[in-house]
Amino acid sequence: MFYRLSGLYHTRYASARQLWPITADRWQVGVLLVLAVAAPFLFSSFYLTSYLLPWLIFSAAALSLTLLMGIAGQLHFGFAAVMAIGAYTSIHLTRAGVPFELSLVGAGLMAALIGSVFGAAALRVKGLYLVMATLAMQYLVDWTIINVPAISGGAQATLQAPATQFLFMPLKSDAARYYVALLWALFLTLLILNIKRTSVGRALVAVRDKDYAAAVIGVNVVHFKLVAFFTSSFLGGVTGAVLAFCYYQAVTPEQFTFNVSVQLVAMVLVGGLGSVIGAYMGAGFVLLAPIMLTNFVVYLNQLGWLSVSTNLLSHIPLMIYGLLIIGFLLLEPLGLGKIYDNIRKYLLVWPFRHSGL
Amino acid sequence: MAYFIELLINGALTGLMYSLVALGIVLIYKSSGVPNLAQGAMVMSAAYVVWLSTTWGLPVWLAVIAGALAMFAFGMLSERLLLRKMVGQPIIMIVMLTLGLEIFLRGVGPGFLGASPKQIDIGVSLAPIIIGDVFINRVYLVGGAVALLLIIASMLFFRTRTGTKLRAVSDDHVSSWSVGISVERAIGISWGLAGLSAIAAGVVWGSVQGVDWTLSELLFPAIAVVILGGLDSVAGVLLGGLIVGIMGSVLPGYLDELAGGGTRDVVTSLIILFTIMFRPHGIFGREDIERV
Repeated sequence: MFYRLSGLYHTRYASARQLWPITADRWQVGVLLVLAVAAPFLFSSFYLTSYLLPWLIFSAAALSLTLLMGIAGQLHFGFAAVMAIGAYTSIHLTRAGVPFELSLVGAGLMAALIGSVFGAAALRVKGLYLVMATLAMQYLVDWTIINVPAISGGAQATLQAPATQFLFMPLKSDAARYYVALLWALFLTLLILNIKRTSVGRALVAVRDKDYAAAVIGVNVVHFKLVAFFTSSFLGGVTGAVLAFCYYQAVTPEQFTFNVSVQLVAMVLVGGLGSVIGAYMGAGFVLLAPIMLTNFVVYLNQLGWLSVSTNLLSHIPLMIYGLLIIGFLLLEPLGLGKIYDNIRKYLLVWPFRHSGL
Repeated sequence: MAYFIELLINGALTGLMYSLVALGIVLIYKSSGVPNLAQGAMVMSAAYVVWLSTTWGLPVWLAVIAGALAMFAFGMLSERLLLRKMVGQPIIMIVMLTLGLEIFLRGVGPGFLGASPKQIDIGVSLAPIIIGDVFINRVYLVGGAVALLLIIASMLFFRTRTGTKLRAVSDDHVSSWSVGISVERAIGISWGLAGLSAIAAGVVWGSVQGVDWTLSELLFPAIAVVILGGLDSVAGVLLGGLIVGIMGSVLPGYLDELAGGGTRDVVTSLIILFTIMFRPHGIFGREDIERV
């Protein structure tokens, strides 16, 4: 009904190996793309800046992290610190007069350099110890940013993002900032989708599945672990810069604490490790579900059906967020991406049960 | 010199109290290989339970016993309802599940009982003990003593019949099953014991710095303690706690003025980092052997 495999005959390898070999999928991607481009004209400025924009940027962050955690299998609990490095670098570079486009690259490079140090220090270990090592680095980076006035601009300081332009488009209106974030998210989506199909992607997956076994079949494990940390940190750094310029329009250390790192990991896990559509769904879910459910409780409160104190109300998002993580891990460890995939596969061959593919 | 000795003694006492938090993590990791990142929030919840019981008019010792029962049950329940379903899942899922539990608990305690700090009065006066020029906090002294006692008690516990079963389970799940030990029950008991150590830590830390959500931040020094001492070693908790406590007190005592504060977290992070770089399994921990 929605998806049909009927009438779909690939006569060339190229057409069978394209990103979306099924016509209905291409339609879906096209419609989503048109909606995303038209969003500034469809939604009010409030929805655009406080829902769509953070969702896009955090999806980009989750995509950068899923490259490391989902594809290369290296756990990282300090990704907010990597983004902080990118954000601070970009702000300082643009303040020094570097064009915004170049300062984005600079932000990525700086984050990649320091992020690879994270990886290099943790090369000997994996799993739980990698979690602990990256967690320690999160605290170290946080402390350095707060306590070095040359970076943070002094204790408790907020650095405003200077007015700038991206490809001759001034970053003044909400729409302009939205388009920059959209462009970056699109780029990341295509990159992660394609990286899975290259030899690098396959090597990373081999390292994830079992690094000793990967070494036996001739994959240079150290090299590819470093590649994963470098690439992912580069992307995370640029995302941090986009977050600072397009969403917060300022930067403070509180935007990149350990809790944000946990939030990013939660997005990746709720979405499904290594899943691209999952990164979008996970980011949306983790960001928006607690807000919406809390709004619902507030609404019930106003109706008088429920009496909740303001103190409890301020803690309800935390509880919902914790329960969401627990619930997803218990009920669907493969995440929202897997749920989407199940539905898609079911509809693909409806009214039959199995595709045989 | 007196300043140094004061930092040393208070650091050692704080370190012992860190070990009390870390003990719960080790007990669980030893039996089931689960790193319980919710231990900080469990300590916080335990402190809230004791505070709540005292507001109902129970004397402190009774409140502690009631809290101990509640936390033992809570530990067993979280194992039964949450962690048992995660057996065989990748480590990231398990880590994230305990983190989810920690986030949830951080919402529940302060949410229902109020976010402002509460006091637990264990009947120890706040006046410091003064020896020469050295000031020692009485509550710290009591806390350190309690910690020492509990760690020795848990070392002795591993020599009892139940303790021997737990050691067998920590060695190998399958062979424990084959000789008739219930692995599930052993892991459940270790979670209950972690709940008990959480109540001790909650009372001690709650009386030192008041009961509010900041108690859950004890997780970070506790992680340093278990990484340094070895994730599956009770003796390591004692030594690791002393080292983390003393380094976290003496070094910031001199460095804070130079670096502008907050160096304790830096010291703790560096301890974690260097341990992982040079001896990942810690001082007394068992080295993992990995097979393809």
